[in-house]
Amino acid sequence: MFQIRFHGRGGQGVVTAAEMLSVAAFDEGKFSQAFPSFGSERTGAPVVSFCRIDDRPIRSREPVINPDALIIQDVTLIHQVEVFAGLSSEGYVLINTSKSLDELGLGDYLSTFHRERLLTCPATELALEHLGRPLPNAVLLGGFAALTSQVTLASIATAIRERFIGATGERNVAAATAAYQLVMKAEQEFDRAATN
Amino acid sequence: MLRQIEGSKAVAETVARCRPEVVCAYPISPQTHIIEAIGVMVKAGTLTPCEFINVESEFAAMSVSIGASAAGARAYTATASQGLLFMMEAVYNAAGLGLPIVMTLANRAIGAPINIWNDHSDAMAARDAGWIQLFAETNQEAADLHVLAFRLAEELSVPVMVCMDGFILTHAVEGIDVPEQRDVDAFLPSYEPRQVLDPAHPISIGAMVGPEAFTEVRYLSHLRQLDALELIPALASQFASAFGRPSGGLIHSYETDDATTIVVALGSVLGTIKDAVDQRRALGDQVGVVGITTFRPFPFDEVRRALANAQRVVVIEKAFSVGYGGVLAADVASATHDASLCLHSVVAGLGGRAITQHGIETILDDAVRGHLGSVTFLDLDLDIVEAERARIGNERRSGPSAENVLSDLGAVASRIG
Repeated sequence: MFQIRFHGRGGQGVVTAAEMLSVAAFDEGKFSQAFPSFGSERTGAPVVSFCRIDDRPIRSREPVINPDALIIQDVTLIHQVEVFAGLSSEGYVLINTSKSLDELGLGDYLSTFHRERLLTCPATELALEHLGRPLPNAVLLGGFAALTSQVTLASIATAIRERFIGATGERNVAAATAAYQLVMKAEQEFDRAATN
Repeated sequence: MLRQIEGSKAVAETVARCRPEVVCAYPISPQTHIIEAIGVMVKAGTLTPCEFINVESEFAAMSVSIGASAAGARAYTATASQGLLFMMEAVYNAAGLGLPIVMTLANRAIGAPINIWNDHSDAMAARDAGWIQLFAETNQEAADLHVLAFRLAEELSVPVMVCMDGFILTHAVEGIDVPEQRDVDAFLPSYEPRQVLDPAHPISIGAMVGPEAFTEVRYLSHLRQLDALELIPALASQFASAFGRPSGGLIHSYETDDATTIVVALGSVLGTIKDAVDQRRALGDQVGVVGITTFRPFPFDEVRRALANAQRVVVIEKAFSVGYGGVLAADVASATHDASLCLHSVVAGLGGRAITQHGIETILDDAVRGHLGSVTFLDLDLDIVEAERARIGNERRSGPSAENVLSDLGAVASRIG
């Protein structure tokens, strides 16, 4: 089982992101489950959602306490909410920001994790560029596909198009593809650094 | 066809395929996406003939359902929490009149304190209303139970409440096979009312009944519920052959054959419990689970048989009777009436507190080693409780407990689950 926890704020499509990821995994023939953290959904309030992906039926209904991956849609949450709580030492992190982990002051804090699994991605900027709106949720799913290889970019694109019909869907797919490429490039740089 | 959809949406589509003729609901909180989706289908003309009636309160929602059902229409509504309490007088009336209304209850806590999250307090408040109460373990079962519910309700002329965990099921997106229209049509014949208000053949429904016959009329309701204990397994078996998967029935047992410790529970928490059971079995504990699908009427014989070889029973339930204890535990105790059986009541998941696999495993571990008390509140923060008890003891005007406890607890935004 691979478990993902999404952190963001009300209005950023945190719940929709988990749902689209579950649809992408389902389309690949896997079992998946997405659900929100069941708070009062208010614009701007911290929101958490969850997704599980597995090769066999998923029975658990508990929240994702020990995530394999974190997708942090709003970088301001890292100092307000225990976003890293329970993260597996093998875990992946994708943070929506144009800054690096060191610039965020997280370099030391996250030093026990695999460095190449912790990435930042300027999803809001990509969303503004492609959609004209600061909605990072679908964009980050492209980055997630590149970071973890749990789902393909093609399945993410299908799930986005299913959710957002027409031009909005296409723009989100374009933004997610751009995020995918940025993350792939960052991964390649890690590989090169490791080889050298 | 299996699709990755939200539980509420799957239930809405299933209800639509049961061809309800009147759906009435009060559309604000506490309400689910079920009613929203059905409203869209009626407006778009994809669910027809069906009248969607936006009423002014939950009391009106059930009252209109009663009127529609008495006029011979297949009637459906949905509610939760305070909404159920607000309609409660009419809920009793629907059962007393023997009108086969089907209602989804998206289980949520009841205030005060104000709380919008999941537990089973609402279902327990309606326990004695005379409705059949079915509990769904998964969203697949939640969808399927609605097909069974209409069939059961109409065969017996008894209203049926399908209980599905609010948020945990209603808002979860997962693979669900919504029953196909042709299969539903084959399984669910058109509604043939036992009593109907028809201007061509005038009758009255709702007589005042004095002491001379009230007991007999109520006893007839009791007998219809007992009939349901026979009919429910038969319908579940028919459903399994018609739809190719098991759903409904009275109880479901898992890993109970050699189990010396058995957990009993209602609803979606059974999934997490099964994961915990698998984990404990891997460590050598002989543990199993019995899920109660039909809570009212209570399947005494099946529960007794399922627990016959257990030495210990742990009832995990998301509600309790204040000043008494676990409601389901009391039912299980009266089903087993075995003085040598160790019966533990565990109250858990109140007001949306997450029930984790770790928490269940801790309970099972304590039970197997003889460390579990007769009544336990899972994950109870005793420090918080004792601080408020001390405040109450020390000052007359100690203030509202809910506010005091929140103040003692501090910021909780950082908590996951």
